[in-house]
Amino acid sequence: MGVRARPDTPAVLKRRRVRIFDREAPLGYVLLVPTLVVLGVFLLYPFLFGIWLSITDSELGALGNFIGLGNYRFEWRNTDGVFYTALVNTFLYTGVTTIFKFSLGLAMALLLNQVIPFRRFVRAALLLPYIIPTVLSYEAWRWMFDPTFSVVNWLLVHTHLAAYPGPNWLGVPANAMAALMIVNVWRGTPFYAIAFLAGMQVIPVDLYEAARVDGATRWQQFTNITLPMLRPVLLVVLLLSTILTFADFQGPFVLTNGAPYNSTQLLSIWAYQWGIPGGAIGLGAAISLVLFPLLTIVVAGVLFLLRRPE
Amino acid sequence: MAAPALKLKFAKPRSGRVIGDSLLGRTIRIYIPLLVLLVVTLFPFYWMAVTSFKSASELFDFSVSPLWVREPTLDWYRHLFTETNFPRWAFNTAVVATVSTLISLFCSILAGYSLARLRYRGADTIGWGIFVTYLVPPTLLFLPLTFVIRELHLFNNLWALILTYPTFLIPFCTWMLMGFFKGIPRELEEAALVDGATRMQAMLRIAIPLALPGILAAGLFAFTLSWNEFLYALIFMNDSLVKTIPVGVTQELIHGDEFFWGELMAAALLGSVPVAVLYSFFVDYFVAGMTAGAVKG
Repeated sequence: MGVRARPDTPAVLKRRRVRIFDREAPLGYVLLVPTLVVLGVFLLYPFLFGIWLSITDSELGALGNFIGLGNYRFEWRNTDGVFYTALVNTFLYTGVTTIFKFSLGLAMALLLNQVIPFRRFVRAALLLPYIIPTVLSYEAWRWMFDPTFSVVNWLLVHTHLAAYPGPNWLGVPANAMAALMIVNVWRGTPFYAIAFLAGMQVIPVDLYEAARVDGATRWQQFTNITLPMLRPVLLVVLLLSTILTFADFQGPFVLTNGAPYNSTQLLSIWAYQWGIPGGAIGLGAAISLVLFPLLTIVVAGVLFLLRRPE
Repeated sequence: MAAPALKLKFAKPRSGRVIGDSLLGRTIRIYIPLLVLLVVTLFPFYWMAVTSFKSASELFDFSVSPLWVREPTLDWYRHLFTETNFPRWAFNTAVVATVSTLISLFCSILAGYSLARLRYRGADTIGWGIFVTYLVPPTLLFLPLTFVIRELHLFNNLWALILTYPTFLIPFCTWMLMGFFKGIPRELEEAALVDGATRMQAMLRIAIPLALPGILAAGLFAFTLSWNEFLYALIFMNDSLVKTIPVGVTQELIHGDEFFWGELMAAALLGSVPVAVLYSFFVDYFVAGMTAGAVKG
């Protein structure tokens, strides 16, 4: 590609490599400077500052005094159990949607990996929910779940799947949580599917051919070739998606914002409600910081799986 | 000889016609599930579009099938452009997404190259460190960040968004680009070094041009993420004239308990079009980017 290799390359390279190694360090560090500056100022510093905020009674625009673990104590005791609801909901929301997104995403990837007409179009279409601005598609869902003019209910009633007038989606606690999960699965599945599809594309075809010659069924090919070969991708996707779902804010904020009666409250939403409209930044920071150890545990678990030797 | 990882051609789909694979079997196994998935996936967008063309009275008339528009009207769109700040929000969103994407690409091309290609002490640790920033999502940062933005006097200033978006864009782009840089054969750069190029020249003239598909994929991804961002924009932008589309649409097109669904859906549709168009053109780059990041990363 433009650069011709000389016949004497190997010998020269060996000598060069030693010298190159010496000279690579300064450039290596210099190239990292912009990234480290941006991440340092707008990520590491706010993070550490947030830890400090959580042990003060700071309010919007005014730094407060040190109050020890007062915010955390308040969070546990003085909120009529909303903290527990938010904690349980966060786990439930992440757990349930992850299971569905994982299995549906795998199924979608398997389908997209087949010979199908309009492959390109189908692939782009199935990816849409993931790339369209979340709050905008969630607004559409909110309208679809409208208490009186829900098109979802209209469809359910007209296909005789539900009795008139159909469920009140966003007004009843259990339904609202289900609605939140349904929309999250709708939005998140394409990400899984595309990542899995990408992983499937690089599995050598010979493996399948050999298996077919040996008379392996489709299911056997899936469990003995596809799944093990896909393992690194499965875990990375699981890791990213768990983190993002755990900290999910925008979708639930638009669709239910914790309503009805805090029944769909999540830690992220609750932190916002205390911190910004409520003005108690310290308390809000304490609430959102609860996410951190939980996330760390989840990530450590996934990384442990990732590193386990075959 | 092109770098193997950079080929955007997909491997040949593998389960072609196998003996015993009848059309009926394929229909049940592939086409029907696919059709169901497509309908469920696309229906909300269809509903968005249909709603935006309905008149106010038709919107709330479920006595006949609501799935079709009887008397299409452009009133909501007209209202959106003349009575609201929507054009301004669109402009803001485009500016913020473009500039923060460029900043993120600049940072992560350099960082990705450095971490994937150069050998020096601490490279692995820093690589892990950048990856670990995933543990600190915006949900955890937005409250302390309000103080930082206040200190910098950037409230109601688009720079607040342009500077904070890279915190979640750079880690992903760096990770994606590391995969692409690793896919470029070392020999190409080493040959250039032997021919007297400096490390910098090898990077600028060989590695970066070859990683162009990856850079495009990362840029596409960054652009979409910033176009869609909501939390920071919600908190840092209070003045209507500096809002982005997601914030403007959810905050200003809803008046108390009154929902103007037609207008809301028109705005949602228009706000989605740019990213949808981008993707329909570059979906292959996107998948290639995922491959590089997920498989080699």
